[in-house]
Amino acid sequence: MAGSATSKGSATSKNVIAKYLPVYFVLLGIAALEIFLAYQHFSIGSLLAILLALAVCGGALAVMYFMHLAEERRSLFLTLIPATIFVLLMMNMIWSDSFRLLHMKPFPH
Amino acid sequence: MSETELAMHSHGAELAEGSPYHIPSRKLTMWLFIISDAITFGALLFGYGYLRTASTDWPTPFKFNPSILNVMIMTVVLITSSLTMLGAVDSAKVGNKAKTRRFLWSTILLGAIFAGLHIREWFGLIDEGVRLFQNPWGSPLFGATFFAITGLHLLHVISGVVALAVISRGFSRGWLTPGHVETTGLYWHFVDLVWMFVVPLVYLLNISK
Repeated sequence: MAGSATSKGSATSKNVIAKYLPVYFVLLGIAALEIFLAYQHFSIGSLLAILLALAVCGGALAVMYFMHLAEERRSLFLTLIPATIFVLLMMNMIWSDSFRLLHMKPFPH
Repeated sequence: MSETELAMHSHGAELAEGSPYHIPSRKLTMWLFIISDAITFGALLFGYGYLRTASTDWPTPFKFNPSILNVMIMTVVLITSSLTMLGAVDSAKVGNKAKTRRFLWSTILLGAIFAGLHIREWFGLIDEGVRLFQNPWGSPLFGATFFAITGLHLLHVISGVVALAVISRGFSRGWLTPGHVETTGLYWHFVDLVWMFVVPLVYLLNISK
């Protein structure tokens, strides 16, 4: 019985590793692409936007497949993810201030 | 069935409502913790972005060798540790304790390598004169943001390594369940996820070209 459980376990673990290998390689590919792009001549704003977009893609893959959110009920996804994205987007209110400070224009008179 | 058992059974049936998400409360709690932690890291990274963009003299000290090379190795190590963690969760679910322990200790080893490389990176910068509120190159806030963000992430990695060691021991001895392994796995993948945002924002935006 124990032996059968062990052999079943070995087979399943190999399967799960094989199942997630494509996600693993895509994540490594995204990381490599980010490093390549960082050495190209983009403005800081463009580079930031590109790197953030790639990081969001990598993060989404990790959440959906490594953390198995894709396999959970949709209600869990709908409860957690839109609220998190909303809060994170609201934090972007400070970005406009940072660009305004850069150009020494604290307030538009 | 005794009278007490009968009473408990009937009360239990009334109280035990099905989870709307169809997951154990332990797992839901971990998800809620992860969301709150994601917002904490989000606040730190947005705060850093604010300072980075608003400063004209922000330092760009990260050379390909050793910093970016080190970051590349750290990234591979951390993403690989997520893969071994998936193996541990899967082995635990089918009740293979030996394989679960091997996968968990592989994850712990990779986490410890990551932490070691990170600490080496820190010492390299400290040797170059970077402190919390001063550095030889420019905006003094560089050190504060760098050490705060990477330090909080490193704290998560070290906590995760300790938690995985405890879980491995508990699962082997039978006082923890596959559910505990799975919940800790969620945390570990989250640590990996945060690193995917720390690398581009903290390192790649500050490359020395």
